Amino acid sequence: MSERWETVIGLEVHVELSTKSKIFCACSTEFGGRPNTHCCPVCMGLPGTLPVLNRKVLEYAVRAGLALHCDIDRETRFDRKNYFYPDLPKAYQISQLYRPIARNGYVDIGAKRIRIHEMHMEEDAGKLIHSEYEHETYPDYNRAGVPLLEIVSEPDFRDSAEVLAYLEKIRSLFTYLGISDCKMQEGSMRADVNLSVRRAGETALGTRTETKNINSLRAIEHAIESERSRQIHILSGGGAVVQETRHWNDDLKTSTAMRSKENAPDYRYFPEPDLPVIFIGEDFLQAARDSLPEFAEERQARFVEQYALPPKDAARLTVRRETAELFEAVVSRGAEARHVANWLIVHVPHVLKTLSENAEDIAPDPSELAELIRRTESGTVSRADGLRVLEALLSTDGPFRVSDYIRERGLSVNNDESALEEVIRRVIEANPKAVNEYRSGKTKAIGFLIGQAMKDLQGKATPATVRERMEAALET
Amino acid sequence: MGQFVTEINANGVIAVDDTIQVKGYETRAGSRILEGFKPLFSAETVERLEGAGYAVAGKSAVGEFGLDLLGEFAHGGPCLDASGALRGAAAELVAAGQVRGALNVDLNGAPRRAAALSGVDFLKPTYGTVSRYGVIPCACSGEQVGVTAKTAGAVRELLRVIAGHDPKDGTSLPAETYDYGNGKDVPGMRVGLVRELTDAASDDMKARVTAYAERMRGLGVTVEEVSLPLAEAARTAWNLLLCAETCNNVSRYDGVKFGYRSPDYRNIDELYVNSRTEGLNFLTKAVILYGSDALSKGRYVTCYDKALRVRRLVWEQVKGLFKDFDALLCPACSRTEYRPYAIADAFKTVFEESLFTAIPNLTGVPAMASGGVQCFADTLRESSLLNLAEAMEGSGAK
Ligand SMILES: [Zn+2]
Repeated sequence: MSERWETVIGLEVHVELSTKSKIFCACSTEFGGRPNTHCCPVCMGLPGTLPVLNRKVLEYAVRAGLALHCDIDRETRFDRKNYFYPDLPKAYQISQLYRPIARNGYVDIGAKRIRIHEMHMEEDAGKLIHSEYEHETYPDYNRAGVPLLEIVSEPDFRDSAEVLAYLEKIRSLFTYLGISDCKMQEGSMRADVNLSVRRAGETALGTRTETKNINSLRAIEHAIESERSRQIHILSGGGAVVQETRHWNDDLKTSTAMRSKENAPDYRYFPEPDLPVIFIGEDFLQAARDSLPEFAEERQARFVEQYALPPKDAARLTVRRETAELFEAVVSRGAEARHVANWLIVHVPHVLKTLSENAEDIAPDPSELAELIRRTESGTVSRADGLRVLEALLSTDGPFRVSDYIRERGLSVNNDESALEEVIRRVIEANPKAVNEYRSGKTKAIGFLIGQAMKDLQGKATPATVRERMEAALET
Repeated sequence: MGQFVTEINANGVIAVDDTIQVKGYETRAGSRILEGFKPLFSAETVERLEGAGYAVAGKSAVGEFGLDLLGEFAHGGPCLDASGALRGAAAELVAAGQVRGALNVDLNGAPRRAAALSGVDFLKPTYGTVSRYGVIPCACSGEQVGVTAKTAGAVRELLRVIAGHDPKDGTSLPAETYDYGNGKDVPGMRVGLVRELTDAASDDMKARVTAYAERMRGLGVTVEEVSLPLAEAARTAWNLLLCAETCNNVSRYDGVKFGYRSPDYRNIDELYVNSRTEGLNFLTKAVILYGSDALSKGRYVTCYDKALRVRRLVWEQVKGLFKDFDALLCPACSRTEYRPYAIADAFKTVFEESLFTAIPNLTGVPAMASGGVQCFADTLRESSLLNLAEAMEGSGAK
């Protein structure tokens, strides 16, 4: 007989902040770049250097803490976390343990509340590149010193769907705040999964494991499923789960034990003597509160109200701040809200898929997009051509004027009224059978006539216009 | 006679301790582990001196990371005078008139001790008033760059050059300039003679302090005996913080990116272990072990955190005394002379001697060795120390 099991999950999420410079020096935080080109003596940990806190990081952290409904510690400070590894040039990481910037928050995902234990600031480590051919490892310190927020949740998740919803929510909050792009594939958002299982109805927590090295949302789903079944399998067989850290291998879709609790490193944390205690004043805090944007949920409600959009559409438009802002920018430039919503929800993602582009990487000019939507929806450009223009607009060819593009390529529908009349007259003359059918009440026959006219017009008129003219001509 | 580690400028007028970086010149902090390390930048204090027209004469030798008493464990051998007594390289250079002054890092009292024994002046300024940028880090929470010179006037002159806000140092105080006094206002000052520290010194050192106090009275200064019951606790607390912070700061020396690398290794772990085994001396290794222990999981609250709480209490006690006194007078060390001592005792001796020097490192208050003794003053009251010392020097106290 099969038992029922409950999964209990807590998350540690690392988010890279999108400040221009690193947390304790002036080096660039730009992703990529040749190894060791975004480095200086400070982030290389050379003796004699001292960290100086980037004020932007503090500002971002406070805003993030507020968005996660946390209490902000008015006397926060940094600690040194000791571990000896080649990716860490000072042999310690400047982090926060004793007085993290934020505590006791929550995130609501639908009706469920996920509690946040604490959130703290820290510096990222470097990256080790292992040679495939020789027994050599090359450290790249470009990432060393990039500011991170670590958000530690309470063990409030019960399945991977909740975990994914939570990550989406954090991504939404942080992109709305403009403090991180939260791209898992570039490592600017990473999650470690603490998981245990217990028999349904039990209240005590089971022994948990921590799974690291999970680099995508899909991988999180797989890792949770894999670890859940592994633990259930052990417990069902009468065994005991070992408290340990596990390493996820996404190619093999399986995890392996990295180290047990006994081998867990003692990080010998102590207050960072090179950085003074940070006193957060009321002014600073109030400025942070005032700077909080309208987040997705409020914006969704407003879109429904203000633009009469179906809630589902409003939700899709507000997942990302950029989409929501693009929507409002395009609408404000004279395109109709329901049309813009349709384009941004249906056409834009479709074209992006054809172009294999990411939504994050495009930023079409709202005026041009408004022009295109207006002309297509009013019928002065056919839908097929409109989508072609959209494709050009979203591909990386560079900016252009939609009106120029349409004129130069002759995409504009035939506005020569007499030519349109002429074609319609010819079609009526050449197809007396269909005309008679229509006039004797079989109105469906008009479809055939419109088709003939469209063929002659070579797509340079919209079916709606042709139908209108055709009906008028047949009535006379 | 003290040695220069590196000849930099034959016309130089200032010596710089080997714990302070000078761009392009080997800076090894008295340790083999930093052999061949040429800094990419000069310390802020060196930049300021050079900017003001002073030339760096050379690097004065220090014991490994400046942890020892008087440079007895300096990589090039101890700095001894003709009689075989330990003097400290920078203090000797100043005493011999070879340089106008020297910059030293005071993290466990070595430059104060050396100045007191060589009959020159050394002032450790208030924590945060002089940039630590470019100092080989050891005990970050209490170490400060200070000035050794022959007279209080010369100390004041150099201090004015190096002090002031440095945006590269997060612990740097915001002021650009500080009041270093004018040599006046001494009559009527009140000085407390710290009983616990004077009692702990040898008879001849005690006699020296008493005589100094007597001469102070001759200048119209009121000297009264005071008690600092937490002096012993301050010593323990600072030793603990010093070990913990040093242990952490030297863990970046791994023989890979810069400094000494053992020629004898078969894999990366041996490279690390052998480079450190050969590159660090006995005293540093002991400091690392004590420091690592104090920070370990089970001990943090009972050791490190307790030391931080003691720091606060000592600060309150010292502050309390400064309500009534302009300065506190005490010995800078237990004896009037040191000879190289056995390695086995090194650790004990260094940690015992810090009884006399720990309070300013622990609390950040300024301290000055002058006339063979030392005085502490309240935060940012260097002017009291310099005025007193200058008046005493003028009175023929030397
Ligand atoms: Zn840097």
